[in-house]
Amino acid sequence: MYLIHCPSSVVRAPSALSGSLSGRGSWTHYGKCNMRGNDQSSVRLAVSLVPLLGPRLSGHRAVRHAKLGLREAGPHRDRIVTMASSSATPSALPSSSAADAVAKLTAAPTAGTETGTGTEPTAAEAEAEAYERTHVHGVYEAIAPHFSATRYKPWPAVGSFLRSRAAGAVGLDVGCGNGKYLGVNPDVFMLGSDRSPSLIALARDRCMQLQAQQGNAAEAGTGGEAGGAVVATDVLVADGLLLPFRERAADFVICVAVIHHMSTRARRQEAIRQLLRCVRLGEVGQTGGQVLVYVWALEQNASRRGWDEGGEQDLLVPWVLKSQQKQPKQQKPQKRALAQNQAIGGGDAVDKGGETPPSPTPAGPAEPGTPLSHTDPVFQRYYHLYRKGELEEDVLAAGGVVVSSGYERDNWWVVAANEPVPQGQQ
Amino acid sequence: MKVLTLNFLTCAVKTCKASSDSFPLHPKDAELVSDDVELNPQLLVNLLPRIDWNALRTTSTELGFPQLPEQPPTPEELQADEKLLKDLHTLLMETQMNEGKLVCGHCSHEYAVREGIANFLLPSHLV
Repeated sequence: MYLIHCPSSVVRAPSALSGSLSGRGSWTHYGKCNMRGNDQSSVRLAVSLVPLLGPRLSGHRAVRHAKLGLREAGPHRDRIVTMASSSATPSALPSSSAADAVAKLTAAPTAGTETGTGTEPTAAEAEAEAYERTHVHGVYEAIAPHFSATRYKPWPAVGSFLRSRAAGAVGLDVGCGNGKYLGVNPDVFMLGSDRSPSLIALARDRCMQLQAQQGNAAEAGTGGEAGGAVVATDVLVADGLLLPFRERAADFVICVAVIHHMSTRARRQEAIRQLLRCVRLGEVGQTGGQVLVYVWALEQNASRRGWDEGGEQDLLVPWVLKSQQKQPKQQKPQKRALAQNQAIGGGDAVDKGGETPPSPTPAGPAEPGTPLSHTDPVFQRYYHLYRKGELEEDVLAAGGVVVSSGYERDNWWVVAANEPVPQGQQ
Repeated sequence: MKVLTLNFLTCAVKTCKASSDSFPLHPKDAELVSDDVELNPQLLVNLLPRIDWNALRTTSTELGFPQLPEQPPTPEELQADEKLLKDLHTLLMETQMNEGKLVCGHCSHEYAVREGIANFLLPSHLV
């Protein structure tokens, strides 16, 4: 835990502010520091061992377990050992995220809503929502610190998209997770949203750190991560299907590894429609603001997951947390694992969009969804794996046009935009 | 949450989108925090055309700042006016709403802001 520069002071509003714009008034400084340390290790401790949800399969939804349960689990398990044995300051923990997650997971309606026939559109919609609450939202709440610790390096193609935006552009990152893309281009204003309050708390800390780093870099004349420029970002909690953004106000949107968590095609298309509504229209005859969407691909024959063309597209992919406190006898070996992990900088170098690559592969039976022991929580995340061409189809169904599209490292991506405004309708 | 951010937010309720009353959201019981942020004049000048000036005037007044001029400065005017740059920087970039609520003028729903983070998740009856 290290201390970071604290530039904040509290100002009571509104009366204390009057006149400050014109320089006549004065701000009432209470000197209270609102910065919080965000040492990763302290945040990580919040991963307590949450009782897990077993897979709950909907009657009409064909969802299969991923075949690679333990492979996926291997590096994560090692990393959770790292977390639990790090020293930490309790006050720096995100607001009881793990406890919240337990409550939410416990409260999430399951059997009653998922066994219905879903003939009514609203009932089907409610069912899909309940399903995602269990198999997406609840999971990310519970694994947020751990997940965040594995998501720190931007995808190269997303980075180049961001860096090629015009100075002064306003961008949205819908499903921003821990906010790793928010500081990539210091010349734009980035606004991140995510459905998970725990991930957004981590993203907010990251924003504040970036800001503090920039301040310090400017003072020291050293230049920071983004070349010493101020990084203007902000984050909020929102549902991807109920976005609170002013319509047609953004210059661009990125949405990376998000839409594949929506459990029906109608919802995935609606999500893209929502993104398209956020970006500005173009001049007459031109497409306007661009929307970059990344989703996990079905065609992953270069990866070790074993998924490929013709396979099942709707999967539950396990995320395993390994208990440490409940296994005191393994304390020493785990600490050694910690040292190794730290030495190699945490392992996975690049975010695989939906997943980190499953390396190294641990030995042992790999029965999907089976915990490593009775103390290891396993969280089943729902994924829809996109087949070739499907993402473009969804963009068209959402009323958009495809500017460009492609495949990168187990993911399909598309740059979409709204239909050009016809002549005479500007 | 920055005042700049408020300029890009509206109510999450779908039926409110069409109403001009849903933008901007109205701060209520706001506790503001001032962060020291290094001034980036070029970013402000570039952002200016993206800002809904009328909404910013409303927000600024509701937060207790003095009234902004009726018309936004042109980029050239802003570039040349160091004081205005500083004032807008203070308002848009440095002033943060740390606690409080954001209220929709159309449906009256209140969104909580806690520790600088606004939460736009809706209760099921509003979805």
